[in-house]
Amino acid sequence: MLGKLSWDAIPFDQPIPMLTSVVVAVVILGVLFWVWRRGYTPYLWSEWITSVDHKRIGVMYCVLALVMLIRGFADAIMMRAQQALAFHSEGYLPPEHYNQIFSAHGTIMIFFVAMPFVIGLMNFVVPLQLGVRDVAFPTLNSVSFWLTATGVLLVNISLVVGEFSRTGWLAYPPLSELKYSPGVGVDYYLWSLEIAGVGTLTGGINLATTILKMRAPGMSYLRMPVFCWTSLAANLMIVAVFPVLTATLGMLLLDRYLGFHFFTNEAGGNVMMYVNLIWIWGHPEVYILILPAFGVFSEVVSTFSHKPLFGYRSMVAATMAICILSLLVWLHHFFTMGAGGDVNAVFGIASMIISVPTGVKLFNWLFTMYGGRVRFEVPMLWSIGFMITFTIGGMTGVLFAIPPADFLIHNSLFLIAHFHNVIIGGVLFGVFAGYTYWFPKAFGFTLDERLGKAAFWCWFFGFYLAFMPLYAVGLLGMTRRMQHYDVAAWRPWLLLAMVGAVLIMCGIGFQVAQLVVSIRTRDQRIDVMGDPWDGRSLEWATPSPPPAFNFAVLPNVEGEEAYWGIKQRAIETQQMVAEPDYHAIEMPRNSPTGFVTAFFATVTGFSLIWHIWWLVVLGLVGAFATFVVFAWRDVHEYEISAAEVAKVDRARRQARLAVLPTLKAPT
Amino acid sequence: MSTAETALGAPAWNDPNRVGHHGYGHRPGGEPTGHGEGGPASKRVIVGFGFWIYLLSDIIMFSAFFAAYAVLANATAGGPTGRQLFNLTNVGVETGCLLASSFAGGMASIAAAVRNQLWTQISLLVTGVLGAAFLYLELHEFALLVAQGAGPTRSAFLTAFFSLVGLHGTHISVGLLWLGTMMAQIWAKGFQGYIMRRLLCFTLFWHALDIIWVALFTIVYLMGAG
Amino acid sequence: MQQPGGHAKRVVPSQFLVLICLLLGGICLILGGCADGVLDPKGPVGAAERLLFLDAFWIMMMIVVPVILATLGVAWWFRASNTKARYLPDWAYSGRVEFVVWAIPVLMIMFLGGITWISSHDLDPARPLPGETKPLEVQVVSLDWKWLFIYPEQGVASVNQLIVPANVPVHFSLTSASVMNAFFIPQLGTMIYTMNGMETQLNLKADEPGVFHGLSTNISGDGFSGMAFEVRAVPVSEFDGWIASVRRSSGPVLDSQGYGRLAQQSENVQPFTYSTVQPQLFNAVVTQVLPPGPGPDVEKLNATVSPRTRR
Repeated sequence: MLGKLSWDAIPFDQPIPMLTSVVVAVVILGVLFWVWRRGYTPYLWSEWITSVDHKRIGVMYCVLALVMLIRGFADAIMMRAQQALAFHSEGYLPPEHYNQIFSAHGTIMIFFVAMPFVIGLMNFVVPLQLGVRDVAFPTLNSVSFWLTATGVLLVNISLVVGEFSRTGWLAYPPLSELKYSPGVGVDYYLWSLEIAGVGTLTGGINLATTILKMRAPGMSYLRMPVFCWTSLAANLMIVAVFPVLTATLGMLLLDRYLGFHFFTNEAGGNVMMYVNLIWIWGHPEVYILILPAFGVFSEVVSTFSHKPLFGYRSMVAATMAICILSLLVWLHHFFTMGAGGDVNAVFGIASMIISVPTGVKLFNWLFTMYGGRVRFEVPMLWSIGFMITFTIGGMTGVLFAIPPADFLIHNSLFLIAHFHNVIIGGVLFGVFAGYTYWFPKAFGFTLDERLGKAAFWCWFFGFYLAFMPLYAVGLLGMTRRMQHYDVAAWRPWLLLAMVGAVLIMCGIGFQVAQLVVSIRTRDQRIDVMGDPWDGRSLEWATPSPPPAFNFAVLPNVEGEEAYWGIKQRAIETQQMVAEPDYHAIEMPRNSPTGFVTAFFATVTGFSLIWHIWWLVVLGLVGAFATFVVFAWRDVHEYEISAAEVAKVDRARRQARLAVLPTLKAPT
Repeated sequence: MSTAETALGAPAWNDPNRVGHHGYGHRPGGEPTGHGEGGPASKRVIVGFGFWIYLLSDIIMFSAFFAAYAVLANATAGGPTGRQLFNLTNVGVETGCLLASSFAGGMASIAAAVRNQLWTQISLLVTGVLGAAFLYLELHEFALLVAQGAGPTRSAFLTAFFSLVGLHGTHISVGLLWLGTMMAQIWAKGFQGYIMRRLLCFTLFWHALDIIWVALFTIVYLMGAG
Repeated sequence: MQQPGGHAKRVVPSQFLVLICLLLGGICLILGGCADGVLDPKGPVGAAERLLFLDAFWIMMMIVVPVILATLGVAWWFRASNTKARYLPDWAYSGRVEFVVWAIPVLMIMFLGGITWISSHDLDPARPLPGETKPLEVQVVSLDWKWLFIYPEQGVASVNQLIVPANVPVHFSLTSASVMNAFFIPQLGTMIYTMNGMETQLNLKADEPGVFHGLSTNISGDGFSGMAFEVRAVPVSEFDGWIASVRRSSGPVLDSQGYGRLAQQSENVQPFTYSTVQPQLFNAVVTQVLPPGPGPDVEKLNATVSPRTRR
C-alpha cells in the first residue's frame, strides 16, 4: 500500500536530522500559527500564493533562496566541522551521513539558492527595465515558481523520511545506479531536480519570450539595460541546456526504475556518456548563474559611479560571446578521463577563450568607475568585492583549463576553492548586491546600511579565510569529499577554513539582523520618490513598490538609459512631461493553478520515490484535472479602472514633483 | 552635458553607444530607432513565439536521446541488432498514419480559421484517430520485440531504442490527451481568441512531432535496418 | 535621490588593502610551504606539471595584481568626496581603450593557449616517458573500497600498497571493479580515472627512493576516504628483493574466487600481498569476464531505503 515507506524510513537513531527536523517543524508551525492568528491567511493566499504578478513571484523566488541559503550553509558548516575534527578519527559524522551532507549542500546551493535568487531578480527586474507590465505568460510564471518550491520541499523531506543522495551533487553513475545506491537518496535527488528543472525551463522560455517580444515602444535591443541582455543570454542558455538535464536525469531514472542500461556497467551501458551529458548542461549552468550577476554589477557600478556603463556594446558582445562559448567547453570537467592530447588541448583552449570576454567585462567596470563619482554604498561594496575576488577566481579557473595543470588539481580542494571563489565571489556577491539595490523598489523602504556593511565585510573576509586555505590544502594533495584523513599537514588549513566559515556565519547573522531591523524601522527609511540611488533605467521611473500594472502608460523610449534621460530633462526644465490620458488597464487574474500543480507534483514525486504507484496515478490525474480547470476559465483578466490608474500615477507624479527642485544635474 | 567634446578629447559623435550624450531621452532627430519597436507584440505573436521556443527546447531534449542512441547503437551486448529486429513495413505504415494525421491537423486549422465547427471537429477527430493508430502500431511493435526477448533491459542498444521511440510515443500520447481536451473546448466555447491561440500551439506541436519522427525514422529505422 | 558626496569613508579601501597584503602573504606561504604536495614533486611528470602550473600562475598574476590594484585605485581616487578627481559624466566610450581591453586578454590567452597545446601532448598520460629503461608494468584495479596493484610480469599483487623501483618508469593500466574512482599520487603527478569495462593508461616515474601518499580522488561511496595507499619507491635491488619475498610468502592466491572475495565491499583495508596472481586476471576485469563488484548487500535491513555499510 505504501510502497517502500515504513517507520524504518525515519532515522530515529540519528539525533542530528531528528533534532533539526523537529526544530524546523516547530518554526514552520509557529509561522503558520502566527499567520493564522493575525488573520493573514486570506492576504497570503490572494496576494502571494495565487499571485501571477512578476514582482510578487520574483520576491517569492528570492525568499525561497534566502531560506535555502541557511539550510545549505548549515550543511557547509557541518562539513567544515567534520573535516576539522576527522584527522586520524571518524569525526562526528559517519560516511553515510557525511556523504549526504555534501551532496545536499551542492544540490541545494546550486539549484535552490543560486538559481532561484538569480531567477527571482530577473523576474522582478526585467519587465520593469523593459518598461512593460508583466512577463509573457504570467500564470506559467507562477507554475514555474511553485514547481521549484516542490523540488525544495522534496529535498527537505529527505532529511527526515529516508535519506538524500550520497553520490555528490552530480550523481555520477555507476555509483548512482540502483546496484551501488539501492536507497531512496538518489531518487529524491533525481525527482526533485526533474520537477524543479521543468519549472526552470518554463521560466526560461517565459523570460526569453518576454525580452524578445515584449518591450516598451522604442526599446530596441541596443537600448536595453545590460541586465536585460545578460538575462536574455541566461534564459536562452536555460532553454538550450535544461532539456539536456531533464533527458540525462530521465535516463538515469529509467535505469533505476525499469532496469534500462544507459549508464550501467552491464549490458553495454556507457558511464562516460552520463558525464558528458551532465556537463553539457552543467558548464552552461554556471554561466546561467554568473551572467545575470554580471548584469547586476553593470547596473550597480554604473549607478554608484554616477556614469553610464563604459563600453556598452563591448558588454553586449562579451555577454553573447560567453553565451555561445559556454556551450562548447564541457569536457574540461574531465580532462583526467584520458581522452588524449588533441581533445584535451582543444577543450582547454576553448575554455581559456571564455576568459577574454570575461576579462573585457572586468575592464569595462573598471573604466565605468574611471571619471565617476563613486559612492561606497552597500551594493557598490559587493561589486568592488566581486571585482577583486572574481579576478582571483578567474585566474585559478584558467589554471584548470591547462590540462596537465588540471591533472594535479582536478577534484582537489583547490577546485573547491576555485568554484566557491567564482560562485560566492561572483554569483552570491552579485545577488546580494542586487538584493540590496532593488529591495527598496520591491518594498518601498531601504535596507539598513550599517548592518549591510557589517554583513559585507564578514562575508568578504570570511570567504578569504574559508577558501584560501582550501587552495593551499588542495595543493597539498587533499581531494574533495573526504570524511576522514590521516595527513597531518592538511589539518591546520582545515582548522583555518573552519574559522572562515564561522565568519561567514556572522555575515549571514548580520543579514538576518539587517532584514529584521530594516522592517522594524521601515517608517524612517521610506523611499518616497521611488528612485533612492539616483538610478538610470526604467524600474526607477515607477513608485516603490510599483503598482500591479508597473507603468500607467508604457514609457516611450527615445534613447539609451531611458529613465536617466527623462530625469535630466525634468531637472533641466524643472517640470515633468505633461500628464497623459489615463486608460483602464487589463491585468492577468490571479490563479491558484501554480500552487495546485505543485501540490500534485509533490504528491507524484514523493510517491514515485517511495514506489506508491496508486498515488502516482492519482497525482498525475490531479495535475491533468488542474490543467483542464485552468483551461476552462472564461475570464482571464481583470480591469483596473482609469480612475484608479490616474490616482496611482498622480501620486507618483506628486512625489517626484516635490523633490524636483532639490535635484541637480551632475557636474 | 551638451558639449560635443568629452574630457578625454574624443569627439562624442564617435561614440556608437550614444550613451549619455543624448541623455535627454531623444536624439537630435528625435524619432525612435525603428527596428519595429512599437511596443509589446500582439498576444498571438507572443504565444506562438513562446511555444516555438518551447518546441526548440523539446527538440534539444530529443537530441540528447538521439545522441545516446548514436553512442549506444552498437552496444548490443551480444543481443539482437537493429537489422535483425526492425520491420520497415510496419514502420512505414506508422509513418504514413502520422503524416496523414498532421495533414488532418492542418485541415483543422484551416477549418477553424473560417470558424466552421463541424469541419474543425471532423478534422481534429481524424487527426486523433490517425495519431491513435500510430500509437497502436508502435505499442504493437514494442510488444512483439519484448515477446522475442528484445526488451529494453536486454542491451544498451535496445535501451536507447525504446527510450528514443518511447519518448516520441509519450509525446504523441500527451498530444492526444491535449487534442481531446481541445476538441471539447472548441465545442463548448467556440472560436474565441484564446482558443484559436491554443489550437495554433497544438498544430505546431503536432507538426514538430512529425519532424522529429522523420529524423527518427531515418536515423533509427532506415539506417538501422539497412 | 541622493547627491554624491559624504558617503565615502576612508576606512573602506584600507580594508581592501589589508586583504591584498594578506593575500600576497598567503600566496608566498602557500607556494613556499607546500611540502609533500603537488608543488613538491618527486618525478619528471609531476615536476613538468608543477613548472607549467607555476608559469601559468605567475603569467596571470602579472595581469591579476595590476587589475586588482587598479580597481582599488580607481574606486578610491574617484570616490564621490574627492573634489580633485575629474568627473566625466558622459565618458562611456573610447575606441582606443576598448581595443586595449580586448587585446590584453586575447594576447594572454594566445600565449597560454600555445602552452596548453604543447603541454597537453607532451604530458598526455598515455604517452611513454622518454628514456632507455624498459618500464615496469603495473595493473591497477579500484575496488569497493581499496586499490589492487597487479605486477603481471612478476606474477604478484598487493592491496593498498604500491612498491615501485626508483628511477624506473612505470606504466600503469587502470580499470575499476565497480564504480568510478581516480588514481592519484600527488608527488608523482597526473591523476586519471578508473572505470569499469574500460582501461586507462598512465606513465609515471619516481626520481629517487621515497615514501609518497596515494589516494582516490573521485567519490566512490561510503568507504571512499579510506582508499589511501602508501607508495614506496625503492632501489631496484630492494624492489627485486620485495618481489621475491612476496612470491615466497604464504600470502593468498589471487584467482577468480579470490578476486570475487576481494570485490566485496570493505573499508580501511590494511595492506597485504598476493603471492600468486592468475594470469590475465586484469583483462578479465576489463572485459567484464569477471563481473562488476556486487555493491551493498540489499538483503540487509532497510537497504533499499538507506543502506548502511557499518553496524
